[in-house]
Amino acid sequence: MLTNPLAINLKVGLEIHQQLATGTKLFCQCDCNENEEYTLVLSRSLRPAQSELGIIDPAALFEFKKIQSVKYHAANRTSCLVEADEEPPHHVNRDALESALIFSLALNSDIFDEIHVMRKIVIDGSNTGGFQRTMLISMGGFIEVNGKKTGVQSICLEEDAAKLISDNNNLREYGLDRLGIPLVEIALEPISGTPQEVMQLALGLGRILRASKRVARGIGSIRQDVNISIENGRVVEIKGVQKLEQLVKVIEYEVIRQHGLMIIANILKNERGIAEIRIDNRIVDVTDILRASSSKKILESLKDQNTVYKAIKIEGFAGILGYEPYDKIRLGKELSQIVRFYGIGGIFHSDELPGYGISKEDVDNIGKKLAIRSRADAFIIIGGILANVSSAIESLIQRLEVVLEGVPAETRAATQSGETVYIRPRPGSARMYPETDVAPIKVNNLLLDPLRQKIPRPIEEYITELISNYGLNKKLAEEIFDSQYLNLFGKIVSSTKISPTFIASKLTEDITNLERQGYDSSILTQERLIEIFNELDHGKIAKESVTLLYQMLMNHEIKDLNEFESGIETMTEHQLEEEINGILCKHLDTIREKGMNSMGMLMGRTMAVLRGRSDGQKINAILKRKLEQIVASEKQ
Amino acid sequence: MGSVEYKGKASELLIENDIKIGQSINIQTNNGKYSGILLPRYELFDDNHVVMKLRNGYNIGINLTKIRSIEKGSSDSQYGAYIVGKASHNVNQTIGRPNSDQAKVEGTLPKVALISTGGTIGSKIDYRTGGVTSVLSASDLYLSVPEISRYASVDTEVLLNEYSENLRPEHWTLMANKIIEKTSMGIYRGIILSHGTDTMHYSSAALSFALRNIPIPVILTGAQRSSDRPSSDAALNLIGATKFAIESEYSGVFVIMHADASDNLLACHLGTRVRKNHTSSRDAFESIDIKPVALINGENIKMQHNPTLELQRREDANYSSYKTSFDRHVILLKYYPGFEPAIISYLVQSGYKAIIFEGTGLGHVSNECIAQLKQAINSGVMIFMTSQCIWGRVNLNVYDTGRDLLGIGVVPLSDMTPETALVKTMWLLANNQHSGDIKRMMQENMCNEISSISPIQLDKK
Ligand SMILES: [Zn+2]
Repeated sequence: MLTNPLAINLKVGLEIHQQLATGTKLFCQCDCNENEEYTLVLSRSLRPAQSELGIIDPAALFEFKKIQSVKYHAANRTSCLVEADEEPPHHVNRDALESALIFSLALNSDIFDEIHVMRKIVIDGSNTGGFQRTMLISMGGFIEVNGKKTGVQSICLEEDAAKLISDNNNLREYGLDRLGIPLVEIALEPISGTPQEVMQLALGLGRILRASKRVARGIGSIRQDVNISIENGRVVEIKGVQKLEQLVKVIEYEVIRQHGLMIIANILKNERGIAEIRIDNRIVDVTDILRASSSKKILESLKDQNTVYKAIKIEGFAGILGYEPYDKIRLGKELSQIVRFYGIGGIFHSDELPGYGISKEDVDNIGKKLAIRSRADAFIIIGGILANVSSAIESLIQRLEVVLEGVPAETRAATQSGETVYIRPRPGSARMYPETDVAPIKVNNLLLDPLRQKIPRPIEEYITELISNYGLNKKLAEEIFDSQYLNLFGKIVSSTKISPTFIASKLTEDITNLERQGYDSSILTQERLIEIFNELDHGKIAKESVTLLYQMLMNHEIKDLNEFESGIETMTEHQLEEEINGILCKHLDTIREKGMNSMGMLMGRTMAVLRGRSDGQKINAILKRKLEQIVASEKQ
Repeated sequence: MGSVEYKGKASELLIENDIKIGQSINIQTNNGKYSGILLPRYELFDDNHVVMKLRNGYNIGINLTKIRSIEKGSSDSQYGAYIVGKASHNVNQTIGRPNSDQAKVEGTLPKVALISTGGTIGSKIDYRTGGVTSVLSASDLYLSVPEISRYASVDTEVLLNEYSENLRPEHWTLMANKIIEKTSMGIYRGIILSHGTDTMHYSSAALSFALRNIPIPVILTGAQRSSDRPSSDAALNLIGATKFAIESEYSGVFVIMHADASDNLLACHLGTRVRKNHTSSRDAFESIDIKPVALINGENIKMQHNPTLELQRREDANYSSYKTSFDRHVILLKYYPGFEPAIISYLVQSGYKAIIFEGTGLGHVSNECIAQLKQAINSGVMIFMTSQCIWGRVNLNVYDTGRDLLGIGVVPLSDMTPETALVKTMWLLANNQHSGDIKRMMQENMCNEISSISPIQLDKK
């Protein structure tokens, strides 16, 4: 990292969204499963509505101007008229409420006596109603991780949003199956510290939740949002960090991005003496000038009669838009991200022109049209459909007007690679409206006292318990605890005679390894894993073939266990022995070196050839017998 | 709106500290300090809690026993005024972009009157009950649906502010008179009436009779999702109603609402042939036994073929005198297994002049009722028969029971919906002297409420 986070007073506030392990949704009785296919479709449009305080939220207005229409896909059982916004919400899910209260108790947070369900206006289409239902359960409290206390800001219980299926400029498509699944949102006080420390904190918080056994596990079941600020900057909200490793990268990226923007602001203020951003309110049409350019991209876009190119002038900004205080951090890039939201590919700015097929002459003509008199002035061009261009320019100007502040308050999304991209302005408190369809919920000791018994114990106790009950080593105990398979592990251990260490390692290391190789582990459902270990317990699958079986399933080579086992007995005993002899011959060197320890490797190789053609256990027996013979003969 | 003040102990605490609703406050509890705005307390809830809106926008309730101190906050919030309803409407805060050409265009656009009567289409939170209530005026609505200004210049007027379940026949008279007043100005191409949805089909039937021969279209519309939420169906319904009001070649009373669960297609129903058939869905309104008279899809209004309807063209409407009174002495009675026949005598004694039965199937009630019905008819009470099946026509000739009912003078009402039958009887009673005339007119088609042919309908849309 280029900048010392402590020197710029980096503050990171974690906000985690954890899916609860309830069978049904927060405000209806639909299943919390995800659909593979949908059978129903609705199309809707949303419009901003005034808040209870008579204000329209800026983020809501932003989305409204952007999106024309939303399509929702649904299937029965996972969605009903409630998700479709065709029926009022039912009672709040009792189980989910209890979970949120237990977490509040566990984190010493002050629980409110009356909980009011609110509508948080979100009109990007991710909620059919145009709002997310949420309720503030408690505020204050703390979490202790590695001996360090961090304050809790607030704990909320809320509905998950619909699942984005596609986003195509003016049309967005969502799946309704995820809409309404209960989430608990825990926001921590901002801390100063290294990205690693923040990650440890996120891990610690996640573990407390998992210890309750009341939360869902697996990819997407926990999501981190982070609020990041540096000295003199506003708070930037980053949404949708799914993995802890990504969290570190995101923080590192934001540090240089935000500091870079500060450097740019300082140059403008201190070196150029700009006290106020001056943008000519004249927005000029440069379509005709660009029609004469040799840019293929522009000429291609102009084939559409509706395309226009417009330019604005920014005084004193020459050299600023393309300036890189850090690698790949440019104001120009920030502005490009903003216009992209209006279906516009990006911006052209004077720092990179002439270029992209726009000649010096074109640039001069644009300059003339914009009445640029000083070499210190810059301009920006964007092109697209008139309505989009107008909205985008409005947003560009709004963004440019706060350049001198350095880091403006905005909402950004984390990318897979750990960068962040602009989504929308930060919403204000104006987006909160009471959910008039649900009565406030009273919380008293009658409700709370029984829940106090359910507060999860310290994590160390659970790990120690796993070690002592199952004979796992500490690393494996922690891995199984953090994995999505903890409950499943317990189930398999109690229903089979297989060694717990073997089960734990097959559920953690093996699956993680395959995931790293790019295999999709979602095909290994709970039911399927239980089936695999049952077959293993009944001797129908060899221990050595479990990983291979995973791989074949993930690779879609086989559909189910039957297919894996059905190949069995298609080879005669003799053929089988011949095949195994062949494999042993190829690996004599290894056998000489490792002796019986080469068994695992040989089993893998053998299965790779004989997969599905013979019983794993039989292969294992033959292989073992033959290997013993070879090892014995080698010794003589 | 009723009282939104605090009661009992909570009220004492607030008075003691000189704190009013809408003011910013700081509350110190046993566990923490909270700042925000004091909100009104829902009237129906207890007096042990104080409700406030925190800075983060969330509302919470704090139990009085936990409050150590409560004091006025330093800055009085501008929002507070809005909560107690004193803020002036901020016209800039609408979603439409200011259009400088609007004034110029207005003169050339056709004019439509938008009369608001209340209901979900203009509703927001009610601190009295915690539910939603109707408070937005028609002009608020116009500001929040600026698209309407593309089609029409709209004059708005708030006539009533009632949920539709609170409306009575007197309100129908009020609505009819207001519409007549607007129509007689001769400047409106059509009139839109925003209405709560629960009883909208009763009002549409009532207005159909009261405004017989009106020369312009009168369109009732509403919202199944309140207009305070981004997903409200109000905007599209209003836009469609405006388009139809201007473009329709036909006059009369119509209801325009969503045709399905999506925000694309609207259905325009005939005022006498429509019914609310779902408690909450957007497409709750359906035409009974006929197709909707039109479907509206974006810019496109498609009239549908209904062989038995006689829609009136604007130019053919021959205005006579409107009759806008209704007589409440009619009851709509549903027959069910175990129905107590003595109820009929009770109704006669109570002064009812007519009973509309929702009979079973083709229009039946048990033979135990025959004697009581005969007595009622002899004492001058009219008995009309409709069916609780909703779809289909009554026929008293098929079974013995039916023939018995006919024999004693029960009047079958063909394929008229029970609700329309109720309203029509109320209207005829108020405007006619002789029960013989009324019985005859009940069986005659006046406003397309009866059709002689039942079309084969494979698709109800
Ligand atoms: Zn549901």
